[in-house]
Amino acid sequence: MASEWSPGSSSRRTFIKQTTGLAGLTLAPMNQAEPSAPGPTLVQGATELSLRINGRVYSLRAEPRTTLLDALREYLHLTGTKKGCDHGQCGACTVHVDGERITSCLTLAIMQQGKQITTIEGLAKGDQLHPMQEAFLKHDGFQCGYCTPGQIMSAVACIREGHATSDDQCREWMSGNICRCGAYPNILAAIREVASSQ
Amino acid sequence: MNPTNNPTFADQQSSSDVVGKPLVRVDGRAKVMGAAVYSAEHNQLPDLAHAVIKTSDVAKGRITGFDDSAAKRIPGVLGIFTHLNLPPLAQTPSTSEGKKKIALAMQMSFTPLTSDQIFYAGQPVAIVVADTLEHAQHAAALLKVSVVAETPVVSYRDTQAKLFTPTEGAAAQVPAKRGDAQAAFSNAPVQLTLTCQHATNHHNPMEPGATIAHWEAADRVTVYDTTQAIASTHKALYVMLGLPPDNVRVVTKFLGGGFGSKLTMWPHTVLTAQVAKAVGRPVKLVLTRPQMFTSMGHREDQQQTLRLGATKEGKLLALLHEKISTTSPWDNYAEMNSKIVHMLYACPNFDASVKLARANVMTSTYMRGPGEAPGSFAIECAMDDLAYQVGLDPIAIRLLNHADKDPGTGKPWSSKSLKQCYERGAELFGWGKRNPKNGATRQGNKLVGWGMASGSYPVHDAQGNARVRLYADGHALVQAAATDLGTGTYTIITQVAADSLGIAPENVYFELGDSALPTTAMSGGSRAAGTVSSSVFLAAQDVWQKLIKLAIADQHSPVYKAKPADVEAVKGRLQLKADSTKGEAFITLMQRIGLDDLEGVATGHYGSSYESPEATLNTPQAKKDDAASHSMHSFSAHFCEVEVDTELGTVHVTRWVSVVAAGRILNSMTARSQVIGGSIFGIGAALMEGTVRDPHLARYTNASLADYHVCVHADIPEMTVAFIDEEDRYINAMGVKGLGEVSIVGTSAAVSNAIFHAIGHRLTSLPITPDKVLKALRKTQ
Repeated sequence: MASEWSPGSSSRRTFIKQTTGLAGLTLAPMNQAEPSAPGPTLVQGATELSLRINGRVYSLRAEPRTTLLDALREYLHLTGTKKGCDHGQCGACTVHVDGERITSCLTLAIMQQGKQITTIEGLAKGDQLHPMQEAFLKHDGFQCGYCTPGQIMSAVACIREGHATSDDQCREWMSGNICRCGAYPNILAAIREVASSQ
Repeated sequence: MNPTNNPTFADQQSSSDVVGKPLVRVDGRAKVMGAAVYSAEHNQLPDLAHAVIKTSDVAKGRITGFDDSAAKRIPGVLGIFTHLNLPPLAQTPSTSEGKKKIALAMQMSFTPLTSDQIFYAGQPVAIVVADTLEHAQHAAALLKVSVVAETPVVSYRDTQAKLFTPTEGAAAQVPAKRGDAQAAFSNAPVQLTLTCQHATNHHNPMEPGATIAHWEAADRVTVYDTTQAIASTHKALYVMLGLPPDNVRVVTKFLGGGFGSKLTMWPHTVLTAQVAKAVGRPVKLVLTRPQMFTSMGHREDQQQTLRLGATKEGKLLALLHEKISTTSPWDNYAEMNSKIVHMLYACPNFDASVKLARANVMTSTYMRGPGEAPGSFAIECAMDDLAYQVGLDPIAIRLLNHADKDPGTGKPWSSKSLKQCYERGAELFGWGKRNPKNGATRQGNKLVGWGMASGSYPVHDAQGNARVRLYADGHALVQAAATDLGTGTYTIITQVAADSLGIAPENVYFELGDSALPTTAMSGGSRAAGTVSSSVFLAAQDVWQKLIKLAIADQHSPVYKAKPADVEAVKGRLQLKADSTKGEAFITLMQRIGLDDLEGVATGHYGSSYESPEATLNTPQAKKDDAASHSMHSFSAHFCEVEVDTELGTVHVTRWVSVVAAGRILNSMTARSQVIGGSIFGIGAALMEGTVRDPHLARYTNASLADYHVCVHADIPEMTVAFIDEEDRYINAMGVKGLGEVSIVGTSAAVSNAIFHAIGHRLTSLPITPDKVLKALRKTQ
């Protein structure tokens, strides 16, 4: 690994949450068990990175400015995570990092080394779909499918956060994920069904 | 049964097993797993390079030079292309010859990177190709472009704008006048004038426009593109690149929405092919979200004035519609709002006009319900006002003016269930309990209003081909170069093929999205469902006709020596019509005679070019002329409840009911999704969507998804959808009218009518944002 540098993670992550419109203030506290960084190191040009995604370690050679989203899509060909705006405004690129939902376009791949990253490709267990994926199928929670990976990742986290206990609460906490086809009522039905069965 | 004894699908309805059922999307599993491959995701190509477009910040001017000294120092840069060095195209739509050849496959006749002229902000002025996305982005940012800027025209409202009446192009296609509308209006006892303003709207499909061009040889290219129209994109590309049609292949396996923006080809697609050829590597180009506001069209900013004359009882006497809108420096495009004003109600006198002003914007284009969506806003708000003025319920005024035949052409409707839509919608919504007084229903600091509106959309003529290959092991391969932009094409065609062939849907493999497959209609104007389903149904009939010929010639067949007309295919069995016990499954026949597979092909028609299935099967054309003698439309009614916050001016939609009559519904679940999606699109247009050009610079000030607001989860309540069953034998072999457009038509009016009922003021400037609501409320206080 070329660098162990990680930014002042608390401020950076708070920034990300606020920018995504997910209002991170009431989210669970930061994982305090992170290894402490050995201090800033200058990284320039393409370097070897190592990312733990869906329980597997991926190595790639990318620049420090490469976003996690572009690393997934363009370097690792994990194209299930979608780019809708590249500015944290649409939620299509939502993934989980250490169990929390983030927009992967607003973070750099290099910053996510050593973290547990889960993408849509890692949600099913082999052929067995995650209950949220099943619920999206059953309730037709999508049309074109382009926002769907982000909706599903956000939905799984939304329940885990305890933000899907009523229809209105769930609508509010899912509002960072835009669906232009307008599948919202169906997505809500899917999430609430999964939430109520847990 | 029809005279030739070839069953139409309607005749087979009783035996339909999966058509109409809520079959889970056959492509759904791939979508929820992230395994569906969209156009920008064909990463398997060797040495795939990345292109980034550099656009103009200036809306009008001339390029005086480029400084690429810093840009080309970025490692990995493969090429920096401008109008000075981009290899020219064989044809462009800018010339009359090119325009003729490309026809409707491109909406905008201007081709960027062909001269030093800048006509609109966001116009591509350079394209940078590099080995990685980061290198391409960085180099594009470092490329310096020198421009001499001039003062642009911003819109039709600009003091410099010159209004003109178009004599050619789409904007000149105004419906024919009838009677003397001006005189009838002047003499009408009740006169209403409604002026509506519509902000520019952008489609904003979640998947940005994207192209990958891969030259497999010097004269052969495969283009993975975000297109709703494989055939026309294919045509535009081979004409512009100067290649034989067979040397260009267009592929779109999954499409992340379109709503009209991906219906015609835009310049970035051919630019990608050009630069890929120039650098000798496959190239991927993905538009950024801000670029999506200046690359794939929009719904034009416009103003419409509707003057309505009626009797004291509320019977329409005159409708006069005028529209003014912004168009580009080159093209005469305006969506034709007056089409729906022309046909929605019985009215003896009608006239309409369109005026355009050229401004420094790209050419606007088709956007969900083009014409009908804004047109329905005018007529349906005006009818609501008329109801209020003459003291009638909004549904009563519509029933009073119901058009029993097409008011424009005098033709009977092929089918029309609008009255049933009103009735069912009223029942589902509880309309009977509506407070007849406006501005009189209060809940705390909120005013509550109920509104409704009608919708309609015509059946456009279209045709398409399909191929069905039935295998002796009981599965089938079905092919048509259609696209599925989320509308459910994959699923509904699988259902139609399954029933037509008498096999289970899991034994059907439907392949679409490739110009190598049989050509079919675009997914636009609600054409795809009817056209593709009909052609697949007819191709299946072609398979049966061939199998029947084989069966009656086979001495081991139970139908040996029967007349072809005496044999029918029911649920995969070939049997005698007179005695269904004499027959056998196609599998038995095919395996016995050693036939591994059998192919059927057909052309399906939609709209007035439709000939009955027996005609397509070269049998007497008994019904050939029926279609053209009917007027063909789908109809709908939408019901909306809003709560208006009297202190904040915010409007929240709290209940919604849509009832739609659109012929046969092929999948009740995906159809419902399409209808709620259309309504949500309309709610967005009514309450929040509007792109704003700077009044001096003609540059969009809110070209992002943070600033251009579309509906989010929190904006949308539970929604109820119902369909009225219709059997329409005139439109196509399947009796399908399509849903994409009719699902939005009337929805914005339903919202405005609910606001009118809530606050007692008519708001007609879209979007109806809180500032406008507060201004209206202050008039009351």
